[in-house]
Amino acid sequence: MGKSIVVTSGKGGVGKTTAAANIGTGLAQIGKRVCLVDADIGLRNLDVVMGLENRIVYDLIDVVEGHCRVRSALIKDKRFDNLFLLPAAQTREKDAVKPEQMKALVDELKKEFDYVLVDCPAGIEQGFKNAIAGADMAIIVTTPEVSAVRDADRIVGLLEASELYEPQLIINRIRPDMIRKGDMMTTEDVIDILAIKLLGIVPDDESIIVSTNRGEPAVLDKKSLSGQAFRNIVRRLEGASVPFLPLEETSRFKRLLRLFNLSGSKS
Amino acid sequence: MLEWLSRLFGSAEHSKDKAKERLRLVLVQDRATLAPGLLDALKEEMINVLSKYMEIDVQGLEVNLESSDDQVALVANIPVRNVKRKV
Repeated sequence: MGKSIVVTSGKGGVGKTTAAANIGTGLAQIGKRVCLVDADIGLRNLDVVMGLENRIVYDLIDVVEGHCRVRSALIKDKRFDNLFLLPAAQTREKDAVKPEQMKALVDELKKEFDYVLVDCPAGIEQGFKNAIAGADMAIIVTTPEVSAVRDADRIVGLLEASELYEPQLIINRIRPDMIRKGDMMTTEDVIDILAIKLLGIVPDDESIIVSTNRGEPAVLDKKSLSGQAFRNIVRRLEGASVPFLPLEETSRFKRLLRLFNLSGSKS
Repeated sequence: MLEWLSRLFGSAEHSKDKAKERLRLVLVQDRATLAPGLLDALKEEMINVLSKYMEIDVQGLEVNLESSDDQVALVANIPVRNVKRKV
């Protein structure tokens, strides 16, 4: 029996879909059987981020409404035989699915896969309720901004109300240069406010845009720093204790040392 | 440059401190008003504690969060009818 994880945030545009794609691909890379589920009905995007948009035949609603079997709606990834995507319907509305149906679907997928990752739509309405319905665990994605952190706090409360406890946080789009200047909240600031467990920190990185342009998750790019951040997140999900990337070092000396690779390998 | 100088001498507040402080205040309000039953539960417990010491007018009791620019305060207006001689 696998584990189901919902990737959520409240606020839109903080990187939920990118996080889901990268974590899913990263888990597949280390040999786990993974199914990505796009729960953003009407605003399907996980398919393009994964580069699988041309292979869609059936979607989540087709499965829920019994037009096809789950197996025939799953799209196999280009790169990994153990990675699949269940795409969202593009032409329907969020209330075309009920939470009970989503839970039944996720439970079925958990029998086949080690991980079922559900990409949640923005907002706290029906789409959110559907996406969290079958989840064993929640990952909250935020950015170090007032609006995103506020919404993340609201999500923590709503998850608790649905008896989904101990969510883990990914802080995305960290800008080390702005942190050094005191113009961006640090990881510590955000954790201090939200008081939940930190799963990972991801730098604001151009390589994410480049990899999304290509439909190839950055987690596969050995040279990408954000890819490294997602590989670390994957290892933490698998129970390993991995130090966080040194994105917030203020000392020029430390940065210089790291530049010359004198203070150990990048973690 | 001016900004840099004023920071060098420690007079300017970093914008991230402002962000954190504003977040802290707004979340006090959010959590108190959005967590279902939180304020009601608080009221009920306050009534229980206060009733050990005095007789209060439960109907007239008001408990609210009031926010100003830089703080949020729990403001309670509790009419007292009588005070007990012994606890």
